[in-house]
Amino acid sequence: MLDLKEWRDSLQGRLRPGDRPSLTVGMSTCGQAAGGARVMAALEEEAGRLGLQVDINQTSCIGMCYAEPVVEVALPGKPRVFYGHVTPERVPVLIEKHVVQGEPVREWALVQVEDGTVPYDGIPVMGTSPYYGCQVRVVTSRLGLTDPESLDAYVATGGYEALEKVLRRMTPEEVIEEIKASGLRGRGGAGFPTGLKWSFTRQAPGDKKYVVCNADEGDPGAFMDRSVLEGDPFTVIEGMTIAAYAVGADEGYIYCRAEYPLAIKRLKTAIAAAEEKGLLGRDILGTGFNFELHIKAGAGAFVCGEETALLASIEGRRGMPRVRPPFPAQQGLWGKPTNINNVETYANVPFIIKNGGRWFAAMGTEKSKGTKVFCLTGKIKNTGLIEVPMGITLREIIFDIAGGIQDDKQFKAVQIGGPSGGCLPEDKLDLPVDYDSLTAAGAIMGSGGMVVMDENTCMVDVARFFLNFTQAESCGKCTPCREGTKRMLEILTRICEGEGRMEDLDTLEALARVVKNTALCGLGQTCPNPVLSTLHYFRHEYEAHIKDKRCPAHVCQALLVYTIDAEKCTGCGACARACPSGAISGEKKQPHRIDPALCIKCGSCMEKCKFGAISRL
Amino acid sequence: MADVTLTIDGKQITVPAGTTVLQAARDNGIFIPTLCHDEKLSPWGGCRLCVVEIEGMRGLPASCVTAVGEGMVVRTASPAVIEARKMMLELLLANHPRDCLTCSKSGACSLQDYAYYYGVRGDRFQGEKHDYPLEEDNPFIVRDMNKCILCGKCIRVCAEVQVNNVIDFAHRGFNTRVTPAMDLTLRESEECVFCGNCVQVCPVGALAEKASLWQGREWELDKVRTTCTFCGVGCNLEVSVKDDRVVRVRGYDNPLVNGGWLCVKGRFGADFADSPDRITRPLIRAGERGEGRFREATWDEALEFTARRLQEIKEQYGSRAVAALSSARCTNEENYLMQKFMRAVIGTNNVDHCART
Amino acid sequence: MDASGNNDMNIKAKALADVLERYGGTKGALIPILQEAQEIYGYLPREIMQEIAKKLKIPFSQVYGVATFYTQFHLKPRGQNIIRICQGTACHVRGGARLLEAISKALGIGKNETTADGRFTLETVACLGSCGLAPVMMINEETYGRLTPEKIPAILEKY
Repeated sequence: MLDLKEWRDSLQGRLRPGDRPSLTVGMSTCGQAAGGARVMAALEEEAGRLGLQVDINQTSCIGMCYAEPVVEVALPGKPRVFYGHVTPERVPVLIEKHVVQGEPVREWALVQVEDGTVPYDGIPVMGTSPYYGCQVRVVTSRLGLTDPESLDAYVATGGYEALEKVLRRMTPEEVIEEIKASGLRGRGGAGFPTGLKWSFTRQAPGDKKYVVCNADEGDPGAFMDRSVLEGDPFTVIEGMTIAAYAVGADEGYIYCRAEYPLAIKRLKTAIAAAEEKGLLGRDILGTGFNFELHIKAGAGAFVCGEETALLASIEGRRGMPRVRPPFPAQQGLWGKPTNINNVETYANVPFIIKNGGRWFAAMGTEKSKGTKVFCLTGKIKNTGLIEVPMGITLREIIFDIAGGIQDDKQFKAVQIGGPSGGCLPEDKLDLPVDYDSLTAAGAIMGSGGMVVMDENTCMVDVARFFLNFTQAESCGKCTPCREGTKRMLEILTRICEGEGRMEDLDTLEALARVVKNTALCGLGQTCPNPVLSTLHYFRHEYEAHIKDKRCPAHVCQALLVYTIDAEKCTGCGACARACPSGAISGEKKQPHRIDPALCIKCGSCMEKCKFGAISRL
Repeated sequence: MADVTLTIDGKQITVPAGTTVLQAARDNGIFIPTLCHDEKLSPWGGCRLCVVEIEGMRGLPASCVTAVGEGMVVRTASPAVIEARKMMLELLLANHPRDCLTCSKSGACSLQDYAYYYGVRGDRFQGEKHDYPLEEDNPFIVRDMNKCILCGKCIRVCAEVQVNNVIDFAHRGFNTRVTPAMDLTLRESEECVFCGNCVQVCPVGALAEKASLWQGREWELDKVRTTCTFCGVGCNLEVSVKDDRVVRVRGYDNPLVNGGWLCVKGRFGADFADSPDRITRPLIRAGERGEGRFREATWDEALEFTARRLQEIKEQYGSRAVAALSSARCTNEENYLMQKFMRAVIGTNNVDHCART
Repeated sequence: MDASGNNDMNIKAKALADVLERYGGTKGALIPILQEAQEIYGYLPREIMQEIAKKLKIPFSQVYGVATFYTQFHLKPRGQNIIRICQGTACHVRGGARLLEAISKALGIGKNETTADGRFTLETVACLGSCGLAPVMMINEETYGRLTPEKIPAILEKY
């Protein structure tokens, strides 16, 4: 029988051999997109050329997307140093200085993890660095630090301690009580208490039950689930196994969107490894508990993030939601009681079991416990994946962790919760990030997408963007969502094109209210939020589009006016040559002018002008 | 099952547990509009016209798929409910042809009726409308998908009643359509049996009986209840008649027989009624056998002639020289009488039936 | 059709038969089977969907309903290389639309169109989840981040 403790002990020292330098490349989707594979090849080539005895490995995303590709260099007995923006050209210098000479390249280093060694001077230590200082990494604690495809690495870092504890020493009811005591709420958006949800499935009559992991992360601007699945697939699998034991299920599905091929690949690898060691499948750890886990790849439908649509999709049907009740806990997959949670929720479970519900409940606010993973994107300096305690303010996230707005422009809004969420303005920046505060302000926690917008973002355009998305993703079953999102989009498009009327705002508001009240599923009920929140906080921008025919952020093309400043224009003619519609005329070496009737507002002229003579109003 | 007491529009109502709010209201004379609901089909909850306000519930739930609960307080006509229903009708009409003047459904169209009831003109939204070609390549059904409101009743009737699954939803969102595979027509699908039950459940003018087009307005039709003559099942019909002509046949909802559903013959085979080839009087052969000459006779004469000839044959050649072939188009009772007559009166077991082989 | 074409058809038919065999009796197998069939054929031809419907004893109309519901499925042949441009929020605020324009111009095709030589098909996708590197696109399985219109020609060259 598998003895986890013995295994864990035997791994000590073997995972990170103390006698060789190691070079580790962040190879999540974003790391690869930024050129991680080329960097890895360069490392191998350079190490080979110099005949160095080094280990070259891959890991997942440490969360500093802005700095990808990220490479970790660790010398025996020395801190692990993380370098950002590594290019193949920088590799020889990096190896020569850090590996050969033993001196880190400080100007390229992002952060170091000391792990009981003496830290280097002049490099921020992870726990106190600006980016990580406010963070509390639980779910993301292994991300970027271990090999996500190695079960050894998982077990060596405390993996499967929780499952062992549950199977050997706890009843299913005790597991549920522990989760209830932690105060964990669903991380997929709605924030339903997880322990309570589990108890519903536990209590539902039936021999056959399922657990399902919702990994259909479809919110544009969100990649929490992808990062966790790519970076620590075993945690999710262990969390699901514990849930299966607690609710009385022996079979489970992970429904992962097809746009995440790497996450699916790593999950498959992880499931096979766990099965091989008897940590999945029949008679787990010799306790007689069985749990079989399958992966289902989505096929491209945002609405499948809605739980009843997701179940329909697993069953091989159109992903159209159905009315609840009956809830999946009573009648789920193939009519059987089914527990559905999302990736981050399951990923929290092993940590709660290992450290106790009270430990978890000590983090966060009164009603929102623990930590939350967010994806910081948009017009900020440091885009990335972060994990923060609930209750932290938006200001801390955006200005302390993310380093403020790109090019030091003016903050305008932060969009939280994706197509179901809302846009919050500057005076909401001191809002604590928890389920109830965000909902009260007109946004939602959602799954954790946070897109920051600056003065150059048009809020009407943002509302139109989201409606365009929900309109395209509506399943078409219920009237308000199918027809209502279409008409909302048409009105918003009209406003962006300068054809709006003031009464459109009332129609838009009424339509949004009705869709919110009457749509069948969560997608429809929340899709008016981007419209309602921008109408509420940024009504003046709508009015500027309608009354003044002006887009204050200079985004809406139809409302732009390009002009040439005769003082600055040298008459070089570059703009006229660039203009695709022949709207620019003028004598050589004389100031040119733009004919507004012919101008298609593409901006090509402005890009070509070397003298800053063309302005956009 | 236990009873549940709830309040709808201030009225205390007691119904069996498991009843929907919609059913409870309708059973008690309280009006709630629906487009996608049909109690003979599985619940759908898609049109959202039946939304109501229920204390303690978020938003406006659809009453057709919400079960009653003890002590529930329901309002079916609050300002929020009315606003929502009007908006829903506006939205449906925004994507619906404005041809009520000549639409065959006019006068029996649920969308038209509700629009009138709620005073909705359908001009609040101007935008894209569907522009699907009219499907009229088969002799029975005309499909105008521009009028389709995607209630899905036709799909459910095809799957649950006819169990033929010819049509389903395809595509999604605003572009969702009801169609056979590959966006083929019913005829091209080669799967449709043209039972026409989809036409019967369509609440709008998207599906219509081809032969009925331009044959009479809804309010000009006399509805006659009768029994189908095509076979012995005895499906109940509601035949619409104008100027003594059968204009349209629909199933009459007699739960003991056909529950309102019909097959292609019963629904679309009524043209024989006005056929010049139809024999409406008894005929007695006037010329030689095979010559095809007959003369009209009275019923008395014809019956007397038949009885006499049967008797003569029986006397001359014996009972076994007579045989009777009866028809599936007769009723059970008629078929019973025929065999009884043959056995008891003629004295032979030579009885057969067109449906035997 | 020449012999090699026939051979190709046979290989594909055999691969599909293997897929159907492998999923035999598995509940809810329609979507994974359609996914694998599309892998084999590059798209979902009518006869293939019809065959799958027959094998799974699922109405053809339902198979078609599923195939047209999910954006991953394609009912028409596509190019050798699939370009998918992210239309997510982060890409939108960081200039994703200009990217689409640039590629569209470089290839002379619009969204959901295929170049005349069959080399590229241009598609958009709701979000690729690489928002930290916005704007991004994917060509086949490869993701490209921090794109600008200027970087496009060199990337397309590689395919």
